[in-house]
Amino acid sequence: MKVKVLILPKKGLLEPEGRAVREMLRDEGFSVREVRVGKVVELEVEEGTDVRAIAEKYLVNPLVEEYVIE
Amino acid sequence: MKFAVCVFPGSNCDYDTYYVIRDLLGQEVRFVDHNTRNLEGFDCVVIPGGFSFGDYLRAGVLASKTPLGHAIVDFAGKGGLVLGICNGFQVLTELHLLPGALLRNEGRDFLCRNVYLRVENNSLPFTRSFEKGEVIRLPIAHGEGRYYIGEEELKRMEEGGQVVLKYCDREGNVNPASNPNGSVGNVAGVCNRGGNVFGLMPHPERACEDLLGYRDGIILWHSLIA
Repeated sequence: MKVKVLILPKKGLLEPEGRAVREMLRDEGFSVREVRVGKVVELEVEEGTDVRAIAEKYLVNPLVEEYVIE
Repeated sequence: MKFAVCVFPGSNCDYDTYYVIRDLLGQEVRFVDHNTRNLEGFDCVVIPGGFSFGDYLRAGVLASKTPLGHAIVDFAGKGGLVLGICNGFQVLTELHLLPGALLRNEGRDFLCRNVYLRVENNSLPFTRSFEKGEVIRLPIAHGEGRYYIGEEELKRMEEGGQVVLKYCDREGNVNPASNPNGSVGNVAGVCNRGGNVFGLMPHPERACEDLLGYRDGIILWHSLIA
């Protein structure tokens, strides 16, 4: 099965890439309050694989990132 | 002293570091590659700058999961000296040998220039040839050098002498104007509680000869063999 791990910089943490995208979108006339740019890791795994463990031990730095498994 | 210089795929300051140790310090030095499992016999392990594993996933994380990464943890646990420069600093935070994380520079630019630094702790094997409060000049070259850690933890580190170098101006003033990348507390280099693991974003190996314009970096290397 395919699993996606969505990784985003933690809310409230200064995130220059998101800020740059936000400014660009505002300049383009959109009313955008906040932008965070993260990454997606797509895994193809056997049923029952502990994706949470993979995410927490390897894919995410919990000090500065948060994640969602889809 | 016997030094090891770590070579991960994508390390690119390894030869500069090797040159300084062998030719300018006159010490024994060996390259060790990412599959190395044993660092016995070395006195100091240096993780040089570069882009180990292309900075994939997060800067330093893939290097930290290699056999050499695990060997560095063992080596540090036995009290061995570990120095991480730039990408090496990022590897040390990913190994959890140093607290905190290094994030994209506040201004988004890759910064390649000289900075002034204030020596906050000169009691380490890495800094004992500096004066406390001395202002030195070293080059930086990084895109992800913004040191981050929570306020409480930063306070504990300051009190424990774990903040070793801070970005400052020529006069030694530590303020937002002298902070090149948005690091919390202008932090440029930190050590572990034991003082045997030190990571810094500036490049001491690039400031060791008059030919290059300045040689404050060599003092750090001399500290190690003093």
